[in-house]
Amino acid sequence: MEKHVVIIFPHPDDESFGTAGSIIKFRQQNIPVTFLCGTLGEMGRNMGKQIFANRETLPMIRKQELAAVGKLLDMDIHLLGYQDKTLEFEDRQEVAEHIKEILNKIKPSLVITHYPGYAVHPDHDAIGAAAIEAVRLMDPEERPTVWAQAISTNYQEELGKPDVIHDVRDIFDQKMEAILTHRSQAEGMLKEINGHLQLAKEDKENLKRRLGLEQFYIWEYHD
Amino acid sequence: MERIEVQKVQKWLDMLKDQSVYLHLETTNGAYASHFDNKGINVGAYIRNAKVRYTQAKIIGDGTSFRVGLKMELGWIYAEGLTHWTIHENDQLLLAGHDQEGRLAVALQISERPFAHQGNTL
Ligand SMILES: [Zn+2]
Repeated sequence: MEKHVVIIFPHPDDESFGTAGSIIKFRQQNIPVTFLCGTLGEMGRNMGKQIFANRETLPMIRKQELAAVGKLLDMDIHLLGYQDKTLEFEDRQEVAEHIKEILNKIKPSLVITHYPGYAVHPDHDAIGAAAIEAVRLMDPEERPTVWAQAISTNYQEELGKPDVIHDVRDIFDQKMEAILTHRSQAEGMLKEINGHLQLAKEDKENLKRRLGLEQFYIWEYHD
Repeated sequence: MERIEVQKVQKWLDMLKDQSVYLHLETTNGAYASHFDNKGINVGAYIRNAKVRYTQAKIIGDGTSFRVGLKMELGWIYAEGLTHWTIHENDQLLLAGHDQEGRLAVALQISERPFAHQGNTL
């Protein structure tokens, strides 16, 4: 059983789309989970279905949404303080050292991050590379296991079958609740049905197909 | 944000001219454009807290989307596709253009004081 799981992604909502089901299952076993969130996603384009956010209010709104998800999933949130869409332009080694310092304090048994080169968004690729480097910099005896999540369209053709597959369809409603707590970003998925914004049944089935399995590759270090 | 009202925005543009101001200019089609449509490419440009001075400003449009041009001593700044506006914290003029899904596609913002930057919001 894991001792402590640290999730390292760049944006508030990456943890919900990518790993909410896994987080719920870790927490059911009483395993502590900490989310190191790289940025506030302050450059996001989604401003809510009725446009309730703007470029200046979005950082605070997303910070509050993330805090609410932290409560909902019962995990700790730690903000790394970088700016959205600039992570790839930061010094990789500096970001890796920053992450390593935090990992040395938390001493997780498992780190989950994005698979560099297969994570679509430049921030995802950059934080995945920095997180993997951070673990590499650790004493090999103390290194946690690293699970890398790929999301590009054809990743399975190039990387093969993922090593870890979590089927979270049994708790998909809970996963959706986490995703929708990121209201500014997720509200666009809802439709007005009987005067209320709701997730249409066919949309939910689609999302379940896309997000019902949370899959990871175990990173292998050859240093 | 509210739908743009030309006279009100023009008044703010005029109030901010002939002095040193901080400018935020941004356009984007999103980081996932090529992921969801493999023929597309991601395009975008971004500058925040550029210090500029303009001597003339105009907002022009057809009633749904608008263009704003700012004339500087040595050049121009413009944005098109603007649909919404608001005044942030009493003194910062925010203009933005949203697509049919409400996603931001362009932003032009002008302020006498710098816009909040990395770390300020943490
Ligand atoms: Zn993301």
